[in-house]
Amino acid sequence: MREISLHILDIVQNSVVAGATRIEVFVDEDIAADRLTVEINDDGCGMSKDFLAKVIDPFTTKRTTRKVGLGIPLFKNAAESTGGSFEIQSELGKGTCVRAVFGYSHIDRQPLGDMADTMLGLFTSYEQIDFVYRHKVNDKEFEVVTADLKAVLEGVSFTAPEVYLWLSEFLKEGESELN
Amino acid sequence: MKSLAELEAIRNRAKGNVTLRKDDHAVRVVVGMATCGIAAGARPVLAAIMDEVAKRNLEHVAVTQTGCIGVCRLEPIVEVMVPGEEKVTYVKVDEKKAAEIVSEHIVNGRIVTKYTIGAAE
Ligand SMILES: Nc1ncnc2c1ncn2[C@@H]1O[C@H](COP(=O)(O)OP(=O)(O)OP(=O)(O)O)[C@@H](O)[C@H]1O
Ligand code: FES
Ligand SMILES: [Mg+2]
Repeated sequence: MREISLHILDIVQNSVVAGATRIEVFVDEDIAADRLTVEINDDGCGMSKDFLAKVIDPFTTKRTTRKVGLGIPLFKNAAESTGGSFEIQSELGKGTCVRAVFGYSHIDRQPLGDMADTMLGLFTSYEQIDFVYRHKVNDKEFEVVTADLKAVLEGVSFTAPEVYLWLSEFLKEGESELN
Repeated sequence: MKSLAELEAIRNRAKGNVTLRKDDHAVRVVVGMATCGIAAGARPVLAAIMDEVAKRNLEHVAVTQTGCIGVCRLEPIVEVMVPGEEKVTYVKVDEKKAAEIVSEHIVNGRIVTKYTIGAAE
């Protein structure tokens, strides 16, 4: 992947497939600590310990029954190759938390990329899911809680043309004010 | 700065129109967003299609995402489903092609044959 935001999009797709009704996406750029942290929490179906071990390291196990997933190993590798860390906590029937820490100034760290487009695509494609998105850059913060927007919209869809264009601008503005 | 008051005004206008329910959409556009699709550039393609649909006010079009469509080397893949017509599969789509697919196929009703899976194979 060329950008961290593309990993985020990909990992959130897993949460969607897991049947999540609420997904939290946190991005924390802490330049003083030289760290970029990504956390994705969901209340989807979760995974057992054994299954999780295979998912994180698919090449250590012989799996012939289904294709090997790539999303999680790619994200793990991207974080670890910047001197960072990667962990998943998951509980069957409860949900999953994926956390990746990147070395901020490491030469191999991908750019974060376009978070506005990433979240816009997710909010509008999976409107039934409640998203909480929080992006911190040092002491500045931008937060979007889609349940609050839905309360204002009273049933009007995120994909109604004017709403969609508003949301697109709103996300772009919020992101640009962090820099 | 975009404000919630603005969003409220938009809501009131939208409620005045007769807005379609999700399942009333006539045309469906599906973008493949498995890991391979995302790596190949599916996100800007999805954004380009949604932008074009919103700007042209195409309320009868539903844009959705799906996982694996099954042909990694031809990603990003976009499928267009018009009622009463066979599904059309576009391959190796980029932002420019995406906008063209919306204006030609969805608005003008002309399939963009050169971008279809049939032309690629
Ligand atoms: N948040 C989650 N909740 C529940 N199960 C999950 C979650 N994330 C991943 N999984 C399980 O782990 C598997 C592997 O995920 P991974 O993203 O690596 O590959 P994939 O989604 O199967 O395929 P792809 O290569 O398209 O990403 C998934 O198929 C799913 O069974
Ligand atoms: S994994 Fe590439 S199209 Fe399915
Ligand atoms: Mg995946």
